[in-house]
Amino acid sequence: MNPEYTAGSLSDAFVALVRRDLLLAFRRRTELLFPVIFLLVVISLFPLGIGPSPQLLARIAPGVIWIAALLATVISLDALFRSDFEDGTLEQFVISGHPLTLIALAKIATHWLVAGLPIVLLSPLLALWMNLPLDSLSVMVVTLALGTPILSLIGSIGVGLTISLKRGGQLLSLLVFPLYVPILIIATAAVMAASDGLPYTQFLGLLIAGLITSVTLAPFAAAAALKISLS
Amino acid sequence: MNTQIAVKDKPRKNALVMFIHKLGSPPWFYGFTGKFIPWLWLIFAVLTVWGLYLGLVKAPADYLQGESFRIMYIHVPSAWMSMLIYSSMAVMGFIALVWRIRIVEVLAMSSAPIGAAFTLIALATGSLWGRPTWGTYWVWDARLTSELVLLFLYLGVMGLYSAIDEPRKAARAACLLALVGAVNLPIIHYSVKWWNTLHQGSSISLTGGSNIDASMLWPLLIMAIAVKFYYAANLLTRARIRLLEQDLRKGWVQNVVRERKI
Amino acid sequence: MLSASQISFERYFAPVFQPVSFELEAGRLLLVTGANGCGKTTLIRVLAGILHPSSGRLDNRARGMAYVGHYLAIKDDLSVVENLRFMRDFIGTSTRPVDEVIREVGLGRVAEQLARTLSAGQRKRCALARLLLSENELWLLDEPYSNLDQEGVERVDDMLRQHLEAGGGCILATHGAHRPSWRGTRDLYLVSGARA
Repeated sequence: MNPEYTAGSLSDAFVALVRRDLLLAFRRRTELLFPVIFLLVVISLFPLGIGPSPQLLARIAPGVIWIAALLATVISLDALFRSDFEDGTLEQFVISGHPLTLIALAKIATHWLVAGLPIVLLSPLLALWMNLPLDSLSVMVVTLALGTPILSLIGSIGVGLTISLKRGGQLLSLLVFPLYVPILIIATAAVMAASDGLPYTQFLGLLIAGLITSVTLAPFAAAAALKISLS
Repeated sequence: MNTQIAVKDKPRKNALVMFIHKLGSPPWFYGFTGKFIPWLWLIFAVLTVWGLYLGLVKAPADYLQGESFRIMYIHVPSAWMSMLIYSSMAVMGFIALVWRIRIVEVLAMSSAPIGAAFTLIALATGSLWGRPTWGTYWVWDARLTSELVLLFLYLGVMGLYSAIDEPRKAARAACLLALVGAVNLPIIHYSVKWWNTLHQGSSISLTGGSNIDASMLWPLLIMAIAVKFYYAANLLTRARIRLLEQDLRKGWVQNVVRERKI
Repeated sequence: MLSASQISFERYFAPVFQPVSFELEAGRLLLVTGANGCGKTTLIRVLAGILHPSSGRLDNRARGMAYVGHYLAIKDDLSVVENLRFMRDFIGTSTRPVDEVIREVGLGRVAEQLARTLSAGQRKRCALARLLLSENELWLLDEPYSNLDQEGVERVDDMLRQHLEAGGGCILATHGAHRPSWRGTRDLYLVSGARA
């Protein structure tokens, strides 16, 4: 709402916000482990529930790892805006005159660094546990590297809508999982194609397109959602 | 800084614009729609009887599927409506968000349960249809899977709307969600369709191929139009009830009650 | 710098407060008072632009606006200095060094402490320090005196006086007994929209 001349540089604000969020995450660094542990636990449930047959695990590995990534992302999403929403910082952001869209983008970026990137880094271990064929390991990592930011971006819209609810987290999964379906389909198709020795780059291309589209559109929707939640 | 927020502009002389503007007023909307809802129900009933007669009785049995194909006369219009209603809900949601018109919010939110119901009917009839064709009640074919995801989208909109306490805030949030879902819907649709071909090869098409005999097509088109009248009638009825609830303490509702025009 | 004409805001289809109209000029203080629950916080949030009025006209021509409300916008995991430095970097139009501002609100000794360890009054001072970081024509204050001791209250009044003397404007909502003494004060008694 402030006129341009009293609002400072947007890039400075962006950087300040990213630094603050990283600093806050660092101050609570033990909490960063929770999604990681969750991921490990969920993956290990599959051999326990289905049986440790290596061929069976290898067949379901791409889907299982990706579904676990979805679940871990949704669990970590609530933290994205909650703290700022509850202590009034978000209101200050709205008043500041900086576009809320870019503020949302900054927060989503740090959220991915803190919650999504560990999933990517952990994936070789998960692939090992699920007996994923080695030739598709690199594709798995790439799909996660491209896909988890999309999950954070689309998920942020759901978080923005449910942040004013006390038990928003439960509803969040319902809201967000249908939107995740295309990413799941394309990412697992890429990994399975790689395992079968078939071409897979077209799937990666789709993921890149999805990432670019989400980066441009999702923060805008998330900002709109946050404004509604503040009212 | 210049922030100027003012309420509705003065209506211009153009008749259509004036009409649309008047529709934004709850009492006027209530009175106006009350007059022709019974006609909508009537047309729906007539078309449905006619369409079902043609489809269930007169149309010849299918060469491949025998009598079981007749369920298409309920399944296909329901599936079409499930998608049409979602799109119209999203369009209304967009208008409601941008222009903050309460009636459009009400119309959008009232559309959701109707759309969800059609989706359920499509799923149920699709499943029943599948039994004689595939041997089981459920198969993850492209269309049923798409309908299922659509059902989840509807449930999300309805769930969000009921979870937020303040009604207008809830409507705005749900409208935004509907809009986001609408943008994703084509993507979901194509990715599911393609996922299906990826994993199973081509599936049996429920409509039995591209050549449909005219005697089978007519009932389908009649039913397709009939359900649109159902949607209109049901939607307006729900919207009117919602407006009465919301404006319970306002004068126009007292008038309506007093003059027994409910 | 700000004019409001028949502003109202509805929740659950009923107005939160009776329609409000006023003009705020430079150097003026608008004191919003009223019974508990009459909607003072809602009105301030409408004026701040966080809420969209249900009807009426709001014209905000202020060059810069600062808002200190019930929620203080302070991060518990950051120190006072870190909180204010972030705000300074984020807003980007700071005119005064953070250390000086911290001293002016009386938090010099606890500057390096995490906000979580501060008392309610100290947290309030930290939030109020934001007002001093940059030049804003309009201040919107919702219960600025709550949790403050006598010395804190006097500091707030000093800050306010300097701001108003420099040509700023302020809308201050309070239900407490304390009134800042300023010649250019206008009163707005807010009435709840609820019928009896």
